[in-house]
Amino acid sequence: MRAAPPEVAAERARIRANWLLSTPALVLLAIAASGPLLIVVLYSVLEAGEYSGVVWRLSGEGWFQVFLERDIFDDTVGLADAHLSIFWRSVRLSLLTTLITLVLGFPTAWFIATRSPSQRPLWLFLITIPFWTNLLIRTFAIMEVIRNEGILNLSLMGLGLIDRPIQILYTDTAVLIGMAYVYLPLMVLPLYAAMERFDFRLVEAGYDLYATRLRVLRRVILPLVRPGIVAGSILVFVPSLGAYVTPRVLGGGKNLMIGNLIDLQFGQGRNWPLGAALSMTLLVIVAIALVFYVRAVTRGEDRG
Amino acid sequence: MAERGFSVRSLPGFGTTAIVTFLALYAPIVTLVVYSFNAGPTISSWEGVSLRWYADAWQNRAVQDAAIRSLVLATLASAIATSVATLAALGTTRTGRFRGRTLIYTLINQPLMVPEIVTAVALLIFFAMIKVATGYQGLGYLVLAHAAFCVPFAYLPIRARLEGMDLTLETAAADLYASPYATFRHVTLPLLAPGIGAGAMLAFVISLDDVVITEFVKSAGQETLPTYMLGQMRRAISPEVNAISTALLVLTILLLTAFFLLNRKRG
Amino acid sequence: MKILAGLLASTLLATGAQAAGELNIFNWGNYTNPELIKKFEAAHGVKVTVTDYDSNTTALTKIEAGGHGFDIVVPSANYMPIFVEKGLLLEARPDQMENFKNVDPRWVEVSWDSGRRYSVPWQWGTTGIAVNTTAYAGDPNTSAIFMDPPPELEGKVNVIPEMSDVMALAIMYMGGKPCTEDRELLRKVRDQLVAAKPKWQSMDYGMTEKLSSSDTMASVNWNGSTMRARLNNPNVVYGYPKEGYPVWMDSAAILADAKNVENAKLFLNFIMDPENAAMISDFAKYSNGILGSEAFMPDEMKNAPEIVVPAAAAGQGVFLPTCPSSANDLYTAIWTDLQK
Repeated sequence: MRAAPPEVAAERARIRANWLLSTPALVLLAIAASGPLLIVVLYSVLEAGEYSGVVWRLSGEGWFQVFLERDIFDDTVGLADAHLSIFWRSVRLSLLTTLITLVLGFPTAWFIATRSPSQRPLWLFLITIPFWTNLLIRTFAIMEVIRNEGILNLSLMGLGLIDRPIQILYTDTAVLIGMAYVYLPLMVLPLYAAMERFDFRLVEAGYDLYATRLRVLRRVILPLVRPGIVAGSILVFVPSLGAYVTPRVLGGGKNLMIGNLIDLQFGQGRNWPLGAALSMTLLVIVAIALVFYVRAVTRGEDRG
Repeated sequence: MAERGFSVRSLPGFGTTAIVTFLALYAPIVTLVVYSFNAGPTISSWEGVSLRWYADAWQNRAVQDAAIRSLVLATLASAIATSVATLAALGTTRTGRFRGRTLIYTLINQPLMVPEIVTAVALLIFFAMIKVATGYQGLGYLVLAHAAFCVPFAYLPIRARLEGMDLTLETAAADLYASPYATFRHVTLPLLAPGIGAGAMLAFVISLDDVVITEFVKSAGQETLPTYMLGQMRRAISPEVNAISTALLVLTILLLTAFFLLNRKRG
Repeated sequence: MKILAGLLASTLLATGAQAAGELNIFNWGNYTNPELIKKFEAAHGVKVTVTDYDSNTTALTKIEAGGHGFDIVVPSANYMPIFVEKGLLLEARPDQMENFKNVDPRWVEVSWDSGRRYSVPWQWGTTGIAVNTTAYAGDPNTSAIFMDPPPELEGKVNVIPEMSDVMALAIMYMGGKPCTEDRELLRKVRDQLVAAKPKWQSMDYGMTEKLSSSDTMASVNWNGSTMRARLNNPNVVYGYPKEGYPVWMDSAAILADAKNVENAKLFLNFIMDPENAAMISDFAKYSNGILGSEAFMPDEMKNAPEIVVPAAAAGQGVFLPTCPSSANDLYTAIWTDLQK
């Protein structure tokens, strides 16, 4: 047989080298990140153990209980209202968080992008610090603000606007405020990245053609920074959906989001298969969101 | 061109919103820091400046344990993640497309796309099986888990640096008959160093900050600083948490400053 | 590189092989006196870690899953038989230990650990209702506070997520007895709980702090925790529900797969000493089961309304029995419905 030509052999050697170099990373992630996910899929179709773990028998109960429930007393099957309301709360709060962070983040990113180049690194540094601050610290900071004896209530009472503290903590609103606060930097950074490359001559031209600032915003600026908006939205929506710490600390164990519901199954809920099935459901919802993102970005590229 | 009454770059209300947002972002954190120096035990009463909460936290055995464990864990995880990510970056950057490259990207960046709670649950189940089978309950599980989710954070800066690197130096070295290994050691690696440093630091911070995965994977007595704080947050609202938070914040700022400085050196 | 490998290896191995002087305690949150731990550590040269859990179920789940690394656990009386039946506890024979003579005889022959072959009394108490009188001036001695919150307390009541306590209170409120399997009654219990839940503020722990800081205005809560809250916040009162309230005892036991059995036994013996038992009580503000500890108990506990049950309420306390698994299954199903 003829030996492969030297270019092909070199090519093959190169590809082999690439794979070899990537192998340690792949092995590490397979063991401690991707591999275990397969076990979760397996556990979702097994039977729940009495207090923990599973019994090695196949059972559809885990997946059944994600969406449906059997009434304990009359055995009727109906929709699992509690679960569905938790899903709805998670999606609703995540969408609201994305909206709030967009409304606040857009001007902020614009502001940074329109500073002079010498000033800009400072502003970037300022927005990056909260980004890298521990999630717990930020959640705790917000808790100290909205508690009954926190800054907000104390100030309002001090100003005489209210005479008893407003109960904000342990409500959906508290979770929303917490998530918006925690994920805001995640919206600003991609928006800034998109705006940084902005060619202001286009805006000038826009003003020449459209005259009002609002129309320029709508017709010129927004379409051009769209990839940034989409990226920021995904970077906020996906973690919000899977949020665990913020709803746990600010929600008081009552306003559960999907992450907390999953956690419950491995503790008091004692239903590991259900926990596994819920994890997979969350993953699917996130995957759908990511697909939308990819679509939105590529569509934008085609148009541009 | 008509005279406009405004700068092209300004939009109505944007400046104000931006400033307000910055203030809103920093106010809670600044409050936290300020009250960590409060002599009194609650926010409602300011009793003068004092370092007592720092002293308390410093002498608290549980805090010491947790802090040391966090630092050791972050160092080990960062070291492993950075080494592994450097190799992977070398294998996937500046080479043409090859089959499976997308797969490698997906696997390496998987921790960025999968919600932490899902990974945490998966590791809980997986490690529980191993713990029962082998009886080993040391720090290994946490090191492994942290190293894994730190990989994408180390990978991205290294890759960015690699892509921006000038090939001519390496080509020159090859022209001078240097072996690929020598080229790597004496040309590529030093040029890549800032990227590797940045990646290592990012991985360190990410590991230091992790709550969810650590909370699920840890065994008896293996508290890290964040899990300790989470426990405290659910019960005692003492300013000790403020003090620990401030200390962590300072550490993060120092690391970030180093990161920024390293990245500005366009070598 | 080599240094790193060495560091890695030594860290992993050092924490893997249990050092000779270690003890890992798994206990309820806010329930272990740090001074007690320090005293034990100094006396025996043992390094102690304390990990929290917030309910019997969480503890049982974690222990049953295996690979937990704990040596001591402190379950409630009604869960003790479950732990024993699953083979999770070591038959440590505290009744043969040196300090066993100090245990109050009425806590020795108990149905859930006859003769005390597994466990040692830790603390005992009651579960009732804690109310901040600035929010509600009415009668706190009723489970209606959480089963059917008065208008002033709507959105301000917390219910601790401890199934056996809450279910017992709920069942007695609706007229039944603990461990009942009357489906009609249980249906009403479930419906009432589910209807009340939207009016609750939260289902969380840490009520000692939250009542102290007025983050919560009313809660189903344990007597000792309420007393601690009252000491911080004088507006807090403890109510004994007239429909019936649970009496419980938590006992410390050694786990069957504990790695530090000798140290654990030393600890069990240690807490049967009257002075040490008083230290535990002083911290958490509950009664203990050790004779002679009264001499060391803090004064404020001697006449506290949370510790000394008022005559009017004495008859309605019911020591929580272990319910048969059929009853438990029903309660778990109701509880799961509620928790979501």
